[in-house]
Parts: sequence; structure tokens; C-alpha cells
Amino acid sequence: MRSSLSHVTNPLIANNPITLQILGVCSALAVTTSLSTALVMSAALTVVLCLSSAVISLIRRHIPSMIRLIVQIIIIASLVVVIDEILQAYAFAISRQLSIFVGLIVTNCLVLGRAEAFAMRNPVWPSFLDGLGNGLGYSLVLILVGSVRELFGAGTLLGYVVLRPASDGGWFEPLGLMQLAPSAFFVIGFLIWAIRTYWTDQVEEVERPLVEERAR
Amino acid sequence: MGDLFLSAMFHQNLALTSFLGICTFLAVSQRFDTALGLGLAITVVQTITVPVNNLIFNGFLIGGAWGWLGLPDVDLSFLKLIAFIGIIAAMVQILEMFLDRFAPRLYRALGIFLPLITVNCAVLGGSLFMVERRYDFAESVVFGFSSGAGWALAIIAFACIRERVRASDIPPGLQGLGSAFLIAGIMSLGFSALSRVAL
Repeated sequence: MRSSLSHVTNPLIANNPITLQILGVCSALAVTTSLSTALVMSAALTVVLCLSSAVISLIRRHIPSMIRLIVQIIIIASLVVVIDEILQAYAFAISRQLSIFVGLIVTNCLVLGRAEAFAMRNPVWPSFLDGLGNGLGYSLVLILVGSVRELFGAGTLLGYVVLRPASDGGWFEPLGLMQLAPSAFFVIGFLIWAIRTYWTDQVEEVERPLVEERAR
Repeated sequence: MGDLFLSAMFHQNLALTSFLGICTFLAVSQRFDTALGLGLAITVVQTITVPVNNLIFNGFLIGGAWGWLGLPDVDLSFLKLIAFIGIIAAMVQILEMFLDRFAPRLYRALGIFLPLITVNCAVLGGSLFMVERRYDFAESVVFGFSSGAGWALAIIAFACIRERVRASDIPPGLQGLGSAFLIAGIMSLGFSALSRVAL
């Protein structure tokens, strides 16, 4: 039981898909301008990831290895079409804001990466848990970045005013940069720096050819 | 057309402001020559797939496309994801066979990157943007080429900067991925500053 629990807890921080495995970064940067889009995107991706891992693991013995990528993509794409239609039916405003990024879950390397690396080799239940854990690890980063960008960019969280802006009689001057593209890179960059300063085993070894030459 | 070209290449750059293909962008930018090869491959694939997907979407999938068969109410646009990914996979496969036959040196240089383009979100994203912004055929040709070339420009410049930064003394927690994100952020600032340029 403990080992199956570790499938869920391990990807949260120790092996986080975004900050360590570099999987699924595109959507993490694009949908985090506000907390509500980040939450919806996290939910959509976690559902797709759990279901696709489970389904691919279920039929893993019947997929010929020559065409396995196509089979995996078709399964993922069908799930994404369903999610996309559900979002357009029940949360139209948010699905407009997410624009093409729900559709891009198809090519999200996180989903395909876990299918290829884990679900093709493991039974259904661990694959489902692995999907859930990686989905939650992804969600954790998205929610964190989404909160920071919405709080400092607009002074709100989920649309509720937290820091009253100066234009409205308060003291807070919204940082317009937080709503723009570059800040997404900066926030995640600093987040990675913070994580790796605390968990030093995640620090990358980088060979430095020039420095060694100079020392010689 | 000129404005579309400039905006797709610079201030609406697929990699730096729409964050498409960032996984590859971060993973394959360690060296200049691989970045150059991947950038070229993306440009070619993007220039072909966006117009082809435009024809497919407007010819078969959009609501009312089957009117000539007496089926004016059929709207297949929900199938666009599966159709586009199929077209992209087929185009990449054809390009691979073509290069293998006529340009074996380029084929070997691109190596593993060619098949990986199928699952690069910049390529699928380009086609989805084409649908969302309702480009016509001529616009989709311009958009396909300039967005691909913009992506290539971004990854080539990024790889050059990273080759320099690798030799510098940065805090251990920032090495590798952390510094890559900060560099991409600064580049993104630079590219979006070009939004005031017009033809």
C-alpha cells in the first residue's frame, strides 16, 4: 500500500513534472494569468492524464510497438475532445479564456511522456495513481504560479479583491508586467531556484569547459 | 500581410509569448547546431501543415461544408483536433521519406527531431490559432511560414545565449533549467518590445 501511495506523493515535489522532468511546461506558462483558468486547466489535465494512463495500461499488451505512438495519441485526443466539449457546454467563458490550450493537451508532453514511460510497462491501478500524482504535481505548480500572477498583477484571487488597488481607493499598485508573458518565465524560474535551494539533490551538474580550460 | 508577418515572427512569437513548444525549446537548446536543425525542420513543417490544415478545415470540417451534398447542418469542427494531428503526423512522415531520398545529409543531421515534431505543440498550436483567428488560405501561408521562422529565430538565439551562460558562475539552484527560464523571460521582454514596429 505504501508503494502505491508513493506513486501519488512522489511527483508532487521530489519528482515534479514541471520543475524537474520539464514536461508540460507550455500550458503551465500560458494559462496562469489568473487562478481560475489555472484551476480549470489543472482539473482538465489531471482527468485526461488519469484516464489515458489507465486506458493505455489496460490495452498495453495488445498495442503493436510499431504504431504505439499513433494509438496513444488517438486515445489521448479522443479524451481531450470529450473534455473540450464538456468545458464549452458548462464553462463557456473559461473555455474561451483557455483558447487553444485545452486542445493542446493532446500534444502535452506530460500526458504522452507518462504514457510512454510508465503506463506502457505497469498494471492499470499503479498507472492510474501515477497519472493522478503527476496531474497533482502539475496542478500544484499551476495553482502556485496562477495565485502569484493574479494576486500581484490584479490584486485579486479568483476574482475577489484581496489587495485593494490604488485606483479604487486602496494602496496597492497592480504590477501590469505580471499579466504579461515574460513574468510567467520569471515566476517559474524563481520557483525552480527556490525548490533547488531547499532540495539540493535536484541541482543539475553542468560541465563548464571554458572555466576548466582557464584553470589549467 | 506585412503586419501579420511581423507579428507572427516577433511580438506574437509562438515560443516566447504563446509558450508553444517550450518543452522542446528548453530541452534541445543546449547546442547551437541542434537548435539550428530543429528550427529549420519546424519552419518547413509549419509552412506546409498550416495551409493544408486550412484547406481541410474549410473544405470538410467547418459547419455547412457538406452543403453541396444536401447536408447543410453537419458541423464536424469538433473533429479538428484528431484531423489536424493526423495531417501533421502524415506530413512529417512524408517529409521524412522525402529528405531520406533527396537530402540524406540533412536527414541524418535532424535525426530524432523529425518524428518528435509530430508532438510539438508549436505545430498543432499554429493550426489551432489559424482556426481561432479565421485566417483565409493566403493568410495561413504567411502565418505558417512566419510563425515557424519566428520559433526558429527564438530557439537559435536562445541556444547561443545558453552556450555563453554555461561558462559563467551562477548559484547552484539556478544552474540549467532555472537560468534557462530567466533567460527566456528576458528574451520574451525583448520580443514583445517589437510590437510597435509596423510595415
